[in-house]
Amino acid sequence: MSAATQDTAVSTGSFTRAFLYLVLILFALFYLLPLYVMGVNSVKPLTEITGGNMMALPSVWTLEPWRQAWSTAQIGVEPTGLKPYFLNSILMVVPAVAISTIVGALNGYVLTKWRFRGDTWVFGLMLFSCFIPFQIVLIPMAVVLGKLGLAGSVPGLILVHVVYGIGFTTLYFRNYYASFPTELVRAAMIDGAGFFRIFWRILLPVSGPIAVVSVIWQFTNIWNDFLFGVSFGGTSQPMTVALNNLVQSSTGVKEYNVHFAGAILAALPTLLVYIVAGRYFVRGLMAGSVKG
Amino acid sequence: MAASGDVDFRTRLQDWLPRLVLAPSFAVTLLFVYGFILFTIVLSFTGSKMLPRFTWVGFENYEKLFALPAWNTAIVNIAIFASLYIVICTAIGLLLAIFLDQKIRGEGVLRPIYLYPMALSFIVTGTAWKWFLDPGIGLQQVMRNTGWESFTFTWIKDADYALYTIVIAAVWQTSGFVMAMFLAGLRGIDNEILKAAQIDGASNWQLYRRIVIPLLRPAFLSAFVILSHLAIKSYDLVVALTGGGPGRATEMPATFMYSYTFTRNQMGIGASSAVIMLMTIAAIMVPYLYAELKEKKA
Amino acid sequence: MGFLDIRNVTKSYGSVEVLHRVDVAVEEGEFLVLVGPSGCGKSTLLNMIAGLEGISGGEIAIKGRVVNGVHPSKRNIAMVFQSYALYPNMTVGQNMTFGLEMHGVPKPEREEALSRVAKLLQIDHLLDRKPGQLSGGQRQRVAMGRALVRNPDVFLFDEPLSNLDAKLRVDMRTEIKKLHQSLKTTIVYVTHDQIEAMTLSTRIAVMNKGHVQQLGTPKEIYDTPANVFVATFMGSPAMNLVPATVVMEGGVPHAAVTDADGTPRHLRFSQANLAAWAGKPILLGIRPEAITDPEGADRKSANIVALANRVGVTEPAGSDTFVTMQLSGKDIVARMRADALVAPGQVFDFAVNMEKAVAFDPATEERIAP
Repeated sequence: MSAATQDTAVSTGSFTRAFLYLVLILFALFYLLPLYVMGVNSVKPLTEITGGNMMALPSVWTLEPWRQAWSTAQIGVEPTGLKPYFLNSILMVVPAVAISTIVGALNGYVLTKWRFRGDTWVFGLMLFSCFIPFQIVLIPMAVVLGKLGLAGSVPGLILVHVVYGIGFTTLYFRNYYASFPTELVRAAMIDGAGFFRIFWRILLPVSGPIAVVSVIWQFTNIWNDFLFGVSFGGTSQPMTVALNNLVQSSTGVKEYNVHFAGAILAALPTLLVYIVAGRYFVRGLMAGSVKG
Repeated sequence: MAASGDVDFRTRLQDWLPRLVLAPSFAVTLLFVYGFILFTIVLSFTGSKMLPRFTWVGFENYEKLFALPAWNTAIVNIAIFASLYIVICTAIGLLLAIFLDQKIRGEGVLRPIYLYPMALSFIVTGTAWKWFLDPGIGLQQVMRNTGWESFTFTWIKDADYALYTIVIAAVWQTSGFVMAMFLAGLRGIDNEILKAAQIDGASNWQLYRRIVIPLLRPAFLSAFVILSHLAIKSYDLVVALTGGGPGRATEMPATFMYSYTFTRNQMGIGASSAVIMLMTIAAIMVPYLYAELKEKKA
Repeated sequence: MGFLDIRNVTKSYGSVEVLHRVDVAVEEGEFLVLVGPSGCGKSTLLNMIAGLEGISGGEIAIKGRVVNGVHPSKRNIAMVFQSYALYPNMTVGQNMTFGLEMHGVPKPEREEALSRVAKLLQIDHLLDRKPGQLSGGQRQRVAMGRALVRNPDVFLFDEPLSNLDAKLRVDMRTEIKKLHQSLKTTIVYVTHDQIEAMTLSTRIAVMNKGHVQQLGTPKEIYDTPANVFVATFMGSPAMNLVPATVVMEGGVPHAAVTDADGTPRHLRFSQANLAAWAGKPILLGIRPEAITDPEGADRKSANIVALANRVGVTEPAGSDTFVTMQLSGKDIVARMRADALVAPGQVFDFAVNMEKAVAFDPATEERIAP
């Protein structure tokens, strides 16, 4: 998708245009509404929410809910705040993203530049794995993680996310490398470069854009994952699971302001990525759905 | 490369290296995806309760499954949820895309606003909407505070309507993405076709209905596939927003599978429900992926 | 035994054979052009010489060493690709020395080779640029430079000029020819452009449908094409092919044809062996330049036959004027001097140089004379 608006042949009158803008702006408000609600209510004292108006700006500004959400809120049975879980998520996301992206790049390289009989089938099988409902693998995965001694650990979650992430990363790199001229690989072969050298010296230096797409996609997906985290997180639960525990806890007063602060904390990393590199984020979404 | 005769070692290694590099991923996929699918299918025919046990029971789990009111609720719910979700997302997405495509000033600001929810976790989305729709503090309270004393909006607490709050939150999260897909489709349409249609005397409405929307067929197909896939997998949002409640009112296949397998110790039944989910998604995805791959080869 | 030997080489994909028993021996310093329409197998053969595709049958030897199964980088060949295949992330200099680096050549030697070749090709001022900053012609030079620094036994060119515009293509053609003349390297060059094949080569292999149709010097290929395919593929406009019957007049074979008005005409052959075909149908092949206005006819020819015929269309092309007319029901093209006075519809006296005529067996399409 190009950033600039294209010339469209459709012409519209000024009344119609006003209507267009009205609808578009109303929808923008609809999309911004939850973000606004989370934002303003995370900096209010609880009494202003329960007794006041959720849409109103705070009359007393406070960062206390953020502090509580981060370091003292009751998550499950421990009053640890979300901090340790945030750390878990980081420890899980970074290696999982790195490994799945590297593996995906190598797979994409093989599937486009070293084609062999049946490669489309191999790719098709890997691609389909992106789209299975993960419920179908939950039980055997629990068994296998238990056998490997990885149940309830960060390495276990890394394994799960790598396994079910390489389908997508392979798809990205395959589609990207498919448009990379094969003659370059042949020229490098004649020049005497081997399999890895060609990858390292010829393809990798031009893989920047797709690597960004892959990293962002994987980062967003893994950070936002809940199902694997709640199933296999054990004592190393990621941020999403902790947030859900915080919000769903049935004991004590519901501290909405803390919940909202926690929700923003959980959303912050992916939101930041989106703000910084939204272009690549959209490209990843499109490549993962429509054609590459 | 089936070279005859004396192939030197390096060439032979170079011939095999690519396949060696791909092999681990392929093996992992075979084991962790297809092996696991097989495992779950086998489990669905066993009397497993808390742990996998390989006592063959035939189709008993499937019979039990479809006799369970909770599963039938889940099926009805997913049908309602999926249809509303797909239709509304597609409608909003198409509308926004067409509107945005009219040389709108500020498109660069609006587009990221429509799309950002896609970057959030469903748990975050669920939390935000859960409290915003809560009658005690959310929308209802706000309206009453501003003077509309009789305003009532208690869907999220109402067994008959709670499902629709999930639709609202899900639409909020993904309709921007559908917009982006349609917008890409619109930008891909040759402007000369539009000009030709206008010269032929088509009004704007006719132009879109007769020319543009039919040309967007591939985008519709992709949107349908992605949205139905997301709908069937939807677990996080339900957990965060309603927890399947009130009561069992918003039970979905995904939440059903999880609770029967891990909290109710009915692993056999949980496995059979997972198999049904897989079959439903496969029925949609396999033809789609097959067509996409074939098209790319050609 | 040649410098580069292609012996009985075949290529199959599964059960489909795409190259059938190709047999070519290339001498040192030769410029062999593989020419043919797309899908004829010429690029496959080149890739097999390079080692980029496996050999299904037969063998390829370079300097007496069989290279079947030998890795491309160990065959001491260099290749210039159609798209130039310059590494986009490296500078021109890095592109040109990458192969030497891969072969473990020490840096000072690489630098020396680079500056020698860069001077030769007049690209020394471009060495620090990236390929994306170069024009088409400059990229073409760099691609050749990359091949030259390797100082290989055999140069392989895969349609190297087809991405250039018409004028640049002619310039680069001359350039390549000059390089070959000064360096005396052995070159195998693939093209679909028959003019490139004629101008560059010392020998041409015309290929079609996986077979070498004819292997010979440009002159042999042009003057005595082995069959109808070679006759029509080489030369532009293509050789005229006219159905005719051999008749004997005064003991000399003649080609019996009919002109545009349906009048029978007999054109005397120079080739006595056609007497054996008396009474039988043949295909008469005459190049456009062998049908001219009488003033433009070849004075050295001993067999100029006059042919009066009605002019169909005239196409002045600046240097020549092409005339289209009917002969034996076929449209044929004649090549006149630019200022020959000829008008459409007029009956004009053409001069046919029958010394250059070729005859084919209409059944087998093979050449039967000369």
